[in-house]
Amino acid sequence: MIQALAFYLFAFVVVLSGALTIASRNPVHSVMWLILAFFNAAGLMILVGAEFIAMLLVIVYVGAVAVLFLFVVMMLDIDFTELRAGVARYFGIGLALAVALAAEVMIAIGAWSTGPIQLARRAAPIDDTVPNIQAIGNLLYTRYLFVFEGAGLVLLVAMIGAIVLTHRQRGGVKAQNISRQNARRPQDATRNTSPVVGQGVEL
Amino acid sequence: MISWFESSLGYDWAFFLATIIDILVIALPLMLAVAMIIYADRKIWAAMALRRGPNVVGPFGLLQSFADGLKVFLQETIVPAAANRTLFLLAPIITFTVALIVWAVVPFGVGVVLADINVGLLYVLAASSLGVYGIILSGWASNSKYPFYSALRAAAQMVSYEVAIGFILISVVLWTGSFNLSAIVMAQKSHVWFFNGYILNPLMFPMAVMFFISSLAETQRAPFDLTEAESELVAGYQTEYSSMSFALFWLGEYANVLLMCALNATLFWGGWLPPVDWAPLYYVPGIIWLFAKILFFFFLFSWVKATVPRYRYDQLMRLGWKVFLPVSLFWVFLVSGYLMLTRVGVGS
Repeated sequence: MIQALAFYLFAFVVVLSGALTIASRNPVHSVMWLILAFFNAAGLMILVGAEFIAMLLVIVYVGAVAVLFLFVVMMLDIDFTELRAGVARYFGIGLALAVALAAEVMIAIGAWSTGPIQLARRAAPIDDTVPNIQAIGNLLYTRYLFVFEGAGLVLLVAMIGAIVLTHRQRGGVKAQNISRQNARRPQDATRNTSPVVGQGVEL
Repeated sequence: MISWFESSLGYDWAFFLATIIDILVIALPLMLAVAMIIYADRKIWAAMALRRGPNVVGPFGLLQSFADGLKVFLQETIVPAAANRTLFLLAPIITFTVALIVWAVVPFGVGVVLADINVGLLYVLAASSLGVYGIILSGWASNSKYPFYSALRAAAQMVSYEVAIGFILISVVLWTGSFNLSAIVMAQKSHVWFFNGYILNPLMFPMAVMFFISSLAETQRAPFDLTEAESELVAGYQTEYSSMSFALFWLGEYANVLLMCALNATLFWGGWLPPVDWAPLYYVPGIIWLFAKILFFFFLFSWVKATVPRYRYDQLMRLGWKVFLPVSLFWVFLVSGYLMLTRVGVGS
């Protein structure tokens, strides 16, 4: 009973906040609705027993990706009228994309429920006694080791690429040498003198 | 308690009601503790500055926090005209709520925990990564310069230190072999000779120190309180707030500080275990040991705030990215290497 209620609550909020992500006029509000959608999707995952994925969703998407989104959107100087003019122009493309995605999801579900994957799962059902983390870890580090490592490599290359693209050497910038700053002592930097009146100090 | 409710209700409603009562049992004393800890904080700074601190309201000034609470409660809530009203009022609520929800997985004794989930530590990470939203939103929604600067600083700071905290937590998880906080506490029982806690383990000690410093940064306490650096940013993200919305920020901040103290105690100092694995000490309830450790860490937090000068922002970023991140990454490598060699904590 409560599980069903929770499911409908989460599912309703996901759909609603997904729609409001597109519909809301203020981009910061959009990001907030998106975060709400992520959050409730995590709730749905907990309901089906995938607590590890749910936590990762919150940590990675809500905790890191959406923060960066918000960061960028907050600092943008957005012309709202121009944005709204764009909606009409790109409406057709957006609709086509949505239809394609929906069709793909339906085809995937259809293929999955008739094909051998489902039968294989029936032959080897999910073991409830093994925690999520352990099960995923066992798979990732044995059967899918090379794919997993390959994904890591792709991410590394992407990161290095982003750094290479955005990094520029600027001339005339004083860089800090932290170890030199820390090694500096008062006696190296200051000097006590008692100058004669009217003569001053030689620097 | 579930069984008591079950006599008149179905199992799921009994569970639901019992959980709500458990939440209140944790959250209400926590609020009281936050009020008292603000008083303790002010007393400690005062003592270190050779002042008396709050001493007028009630005996020894004990009721000062309640008087302050009553004062802000009676004040008018001012929403700036240019502010984004909804988000402006939502931000302190987010800060406060997020500070409370993590307490769900903190174990107070043998089996005394609201949610004994096997992804407990991930839950802590997930919930504490939400804390930044309260600050970013308050900064943006205030539509004012200082809060906005403060929000940007806070976002960068919390994201940076979360990376290091993640690696530190991984080393704890490696040693324990579990994400469950109760399992982490139990794994620390007589970890080094007869001492409870990872802290005396030479491989974990640097991690414990780094975790303490990172938790200072994560809660934006001195010396990392650049988000509310009063010499530059007035009061940072709280500048435009007044009345209860301001008080919620304060409560959330101190609840977060208490939580970080509890995490320090739980992850490295044995949680509710007594410091030494000696039978008579187990007669003292675990919750008292946990509170003693939390108060000890809170004293350290206040001590640092009273004595250490504020960092510059570039120094803060340097410490996070160029010192803590490589060192903790290397330490994860070291710990896992050691565990591979000795097979400590591995089931097979």
